[in-house]
Amino acid sequence: MTPFPRPKKKIGRDWLIFFLIFIATIIVLWIFPQKKQTVIHISWRYFLEMIIILPAIMVIIGLFTTWIPKEMIKKYLGKASGIKGFGLSLLLGALPTGPLYIAFPIAVALRQKGARIANIVIFLSAWACIKIPQEMVELQFLGLKFMGSRLILTIILITIMALFIELIIERVEKRKNDLPA
Amino acid sequence: MKWTTIFINLFALVCFFISYGKDKSKTKLALKVSLKSFLRILPLILIIVVFIGLMLAFLSPAEISKIAGQKSGFKGVLIFAFLGTILHIPSLVSFPLAASLLRSGASLTAIAAFITTLTMIGIVTLPLEIKELGQKIALLRNGLSFIVALAIALIIGVVL
Repeated sequence: MTPFPRPKKKIGRDWLIFFLIFIATIIVLWIFPQKKQTVIHISWRYFLEMIIILPAIMVIIGLFTTWIPKEMIKKYLGKASGIKGFGLSLLLGALPTGPLYIAFPIAVALRQKGARIANIVIFLSAWACIKIPQEMVELQFLGLKFMGSRLILTIILITIMALFIELIIERVEKRKNDLPA
Repeated sequence: MKWTTIFINLFALVCFFISYGKDKSKTKLALKVSLKSFLRILPLILIIVVFIGLMLAFLSPAEISKIAGQKSGFKGVLIFAFLGTILHIPSLVSFPLAASLLRSGASLTAIAAFITTLTMIGIVTLPLEIKELGQKIALLRNGLSFIVALAIALIIGVVL
């Protein structure tokens, strides 16, 4: 299981990019020595702010990924209906269980089983942007007010968007059926 | 130390002890996943902190404010929403970047737009989404998400 969309090849590439940026930074600071103190100070401060929560975030991701397999999400989401279904789609989407492309096959299977389009859109959107570890890092760096209001607004607006998309798709499909063959 | 730091670490600790009490071997497996994820994200974190250091050392708050602050107006918000759409930065590392911009002159609206489009819209995964879910759902979801992100950003700008 891979909580990040980073195949092995890409990790090597990420380290290479870091290495190149690091060398470029050394050259830049050699040209502008008066900026050296500031760059080191700022980078170090942000590194500390991140590293102090990163192991915890990774433990949370690891535990959730192991305890909540894909099949479980599929099972619960299949039962979702009505307002409760919206809530369940949101919650299941928000569990830290992997990158967005893992969610597509789950969504397809649900669609074939006859799940509501609105539920599927809510599930996908929640999976994309309301992950629990992500909310925690947002809390750390941007504060409770920012994180909280963005979360509440996101929940309200993706629900409205999901209902709107459902309406459009059902209209289009109905019109198709009404047309004489 | 910030209360958020303590809260996040406590939450992880509680989760860990519950898991360990229930199933030792499963918890070990989970920690392996954690370690792998950590090693995966580490180079990206190092890249972003060096980038933040350079950006803040060479751009003054006045200059950042001109691009992304109140003065930039709706155009600045649109630029950041668009950047969030096309850039492919993992959300976990986007928050320190967002915070650094915000602390040195960027507006709440621009930063909220950037984070929201970054997470909600997946240009890189769009072809796969179209293939699996069909053009209609995929294009409607990603297209409307851009408008939703702008709405979220504008409301946050007004409320906070």
